This record gives sequence, C-alpha cells and structure tokens, in this order.
Amino acid sequence: MSARPLRIGCGAGYAGDRIEPAVELVERGHLDVIVFECLAERTIALAQQAKAADPDGGFDPLLEERMNAVLPEAWRRRVRIVTNMGAANPPAAAARVRAIADRLGLHGLTIAVVTGDDVRSIVGGGGFTLAETGEAAAADTVVSANAYLGAEPIVEAIRAGAHVVITGRVADPSLFLAPIAVHHGWRLDDWTLAGSGTLVGHLLECGGQVTGGYFADPGVKDVRALARLGFPIAEVAADGTAMITKVEGSGGQVTRATCAEQLLYEIHDPSAYFTPDVIADFTGVRITDLGDDRVGVAGAAGRQRPGTLKVSVGQLDGWIGDGQISYAGPGAVARGRLAGDIVRERLQIVGVPILELRTDLIGVDALHGPRADRAGDPYEVRLRVAARTASAADAWRVAREVETLYTNGPAGGGGATAAVRQVLAMRSTLIPRDRVSWRVDYLTVGG
Amino acid sequence: MTLRDIAHARTGDKGEICNVSLIAFEPRDYPLLLRTATPDRVKALFAGVVRGDVTRYELPHLGALNFVMAGALGGGVTRSLALDPHGKSLSTLLLDLDI
Repeated sequence: MSARPLRIGCGAGYAGDRIEPAVELVERGHLDVIVFECLAERTIALAQQAKAADPDGGFDPLLEERMNAVLPEAWRRRVRIVTNMGAANPPAAAARVRAIADRLGLHGLTIAVVTGDDVRSIVGGGGFTLAETGEAAAADTVVSANAYLGAEPIVEAIRAGAHVVITGRVADPSLFLAPIAVHHGWRLDDWTLAGSGTLVGHLLECGGQVTGGYFADPGVKDVRALARLGFPIAEVAADGTAMITKVEGSGGQVTRATCAEQLLYEIHDPSAYFTPDVIADFTGVRITDLGDDRVGVAGAAGRQRPGTLKVSVGQLDGWIGDGQISYAGPGAVARGRLAGDIVRERLQIVGVPILELRTDLIGVDALHGPRADRAGDPYEVRLRVAARTASAADAWRVAREVETLYTNGPAGGGGATAAVRQVLAMRSTLIPRDRVSWRVDYLTVGG
Repeated sequence: MTLRDIAHARTGDKGEICNVSLIAFEPRDYPLLLRTATPDRVKALFAGVVRGDVTRYELPHLGALNFVMAGALGGGVTRSLALDPHGKSLSTLLLDLDI
C-alpha cells in the first residue's frame, strides 16, 4: 500500500496512433506506468489471420517502432509498460521486445506474457450463440474468438516484477486498473475501487480523446496545437479519486468538457458499464475543473463483476465493392443522382448477384441520410456505390460499373475510384469464466 | 437556436449500437436539454440513419444526457456499407436540433 498517488499515462489509443506523444510522456510525464492500448474489436481478428499466414506474426505492426522509441527511456526511468500489442500472438511479440532490449543492452528487464484469451477452439466446439445474429458460432466460419480478460493476469505479472507486460485481448480499462490496484494494494473484489480504477482506464484508454482530440469545432470549441496533441496522464490517489492532466507545454487541453465527452464515449447505460473486473457505475461521477489542464474526477462506484466474459468473434462475411465518381458545378447534384440511377439499373441488366446495395451522394446524404429541412445544393458532390456480395469477383463488377460512367454516364464525371475488401464481421458471445484459463510467462533480458 | 449553441456532443460505437452524448456547456442549461432533446424528437431527427429504438439516460451531476441508438450502424461497424461505419459524424446531427 502506497499513500503516494500513481502517475499513469496512455501512450496509444489505437493501433495506428502517433508515436512521439508517447515518447514525450515517458520523458516528461514523471510516470510510473505507461499503457499502450492498440487492439480495437476487429484488429485482433485481422491479427489472427496474419498469424495463420505466419506463425511468428499476428502482433501489432508498430510494436517494434514503438518499443524502439520508448523502451530505453522507459527502462532508465523505470516506467512500467503495459500493452495489448501482443494481439493474436503475445509470445511472438514478447520475443521481439526481448530482442530489442537485448540489442539496447537493457539487462535485467523482465517481460511478462499473458495468454489464454484465445478461445477459438472452445467456441468452435459448439454451444455458443452469437448475440447479433442469434445463430450458432459455426466452426467453419469463425476466424477468431478472443475472450476479454480482466486485470488479474496483469496484477500477477506486475507483482512478479515485470517491467513490460504484453497481452492479447484484455478489456481496455483493465490495462489501467491492474497497475493502479497493485500500486495501492487494492483488492480486486473491492467493487467501488474497481469501479474507480475502471473509470480512470476508461478516460485514458483512447489517448488524445481526453486531451482535446475528437473535440475541436472552430469558433465553438477551439483547441490549440492539435498537431502536437499531448497524451493523457492520470494521477490516481489511494481512495480511487484521480486528477487527469497532460504533459506541460504539449498541445490540446484537459477540461471538464473534454473529460465529460470521454466519460460517456462508448457507454450505454452509465449505471452499468460491464467489464471483466466490475459492473461500474458512472452516474455519481463528478468532474471538477482545477485549471491549467488539470481535472479532478471522483464518485465512481461498482457492483460485483459479471459471471461471464464477453468473447469477440470474427467471422468472414462476404465482400464489399465500392465505386465512386465526382461531379461539380451547376447541376452537380442532379448529375450525381442520375449517375446513381444508371448504376442501379446497370447492375440489374448485367445481373450481378448483390446481397445489399447502397448509393450515397457525398456532400448531400452520405453521413446523416437525407435532410429534407436542409435547402441548397452543394457545389461539388461525389457518388458512392457500395454493395455486399458473396464473391470478390462480383464486388469488383459493382465497383467497375461506376468507373464505366466516365464514358457512358452523365457529363463531367471525374476522379472515379474502385475498391474491394473482404468483410471480417465482428460478433460477440458470452463464455463462463471457468472455461477460460489465463497464464503468465516471463522472459528476462540478459538472464 | 440549436443545441450546438448550448451543448457539445460525442459519438461512440459498439457493434450495431451507437451512443451520442449531449453535454451542457453550462450546468444551468441542463433542464433545457431535458426539455429539448426528448427521445421522440431525437428518434425523428435520426430517422435517416437509425432503425431501432432510442433510449435516453440522464446524468444530472454532469449536466449530460446519453442517447443509445439501436440499429444505427448498418449491420455493425465491421460490416456496414456506410461511408462512416462508426457513426463518428452523428454527434453533429444531434447538435443541429432546434431549441
């Protein structure tokens, strides 16, 4: 138990996030711990496909670039690293990190590897229903099935002295709750404290989204220096209250408004936020602006953790063909609409088997649907035709049908593009806790 | 006058469910949010993009509302045909609601 607050930062809010703000955090954030959250819902399914193609692959593509950038200074300052960059292959990721640490001469650095989230063989064995479709998770269509682990394995790894903890699928807030709980000697079944640590994790897990990213609206909500956006830091007290801030002099801002937006980000019922660790209750949270990019948060609560774990299931689900072409000047909207009508008719004439079709006029109705109450034509529009098909060949036929508008469609159509992608749909199911068994292994550099 | 004059908003996504928060700049405007952004009005505003139910949660401590919209993301973020499969842009639609 330590009376001193823990300083924990977030060095990445998604797999492709900026790298130098994380370096700034390690160098100037006075951190105890830095978390890299790099595993969106679909990222792990893509990683499972990469691992199937290469048994040494399937971890975060930016792992080596990130570690090369932050590891020397993190080791020198003894800033602990917790990350889910192991994705579908935490052991392979740990081996890469050990190779980097070896080359840098970081003797004594210990890496912990958390595994056990991969439950594809269990889910493929039958008896699991997908929440979204109501259908059974059939083994032949399931590309990946990963259970969301909680804070427990990370707590064990840190207590064992790991400097770097590498996981696969772990609930995002758990990456933060674990080091906080270890530092303050919290019991994980103190549900109020678990709810408090989960709130801190939830606020930080998207990196720049709490420091002024995904926020600016010029003239209404101005944010300074977004190109140099600082990543967040939480200073967490033993009673679970926290102060959210960022590195002094970095871009962005931490205010009551940025924290309130992030508090409700991806939340449904704010009194029942389910994680593997707790059912957190954010309804009593109070946010206090302390000035100078410092915001106090207090009042989170929690109830006993759920008896089941959520499993993220990746399923192949056909193909999407996407064709686009632009029109500008007087009559652009009418020409764009004519172009869309032509493509719809063409797809029937040539008989492309289509499961679902959508045509949008970008600039008019692509994002918010038709708005009858909004008058006035835009000067430029872009037709977008997207279709779901069973085969790649059919998806290409849809995309190319848009391109044929160059010579066969309305006047002045330019900038046609065609693209096709395979659909990896993410679905979910629940698994009883006792069917998931995690483990932690350790690698030590120079040992 | 629209909600954008008194409040700010953010969209989040999970599967086929979208949530849009609505937060008063000034706590004193929270009652106005409650009166203006009723579930029925929000559902009508989002008719072009949301097929399912709209549920409103109230957070008086934060001066905030949270709208949870089912069937919002065209079959879910990972398989949607939409240009913006996450619905990231939907927060600004809510802010366009007349007061």
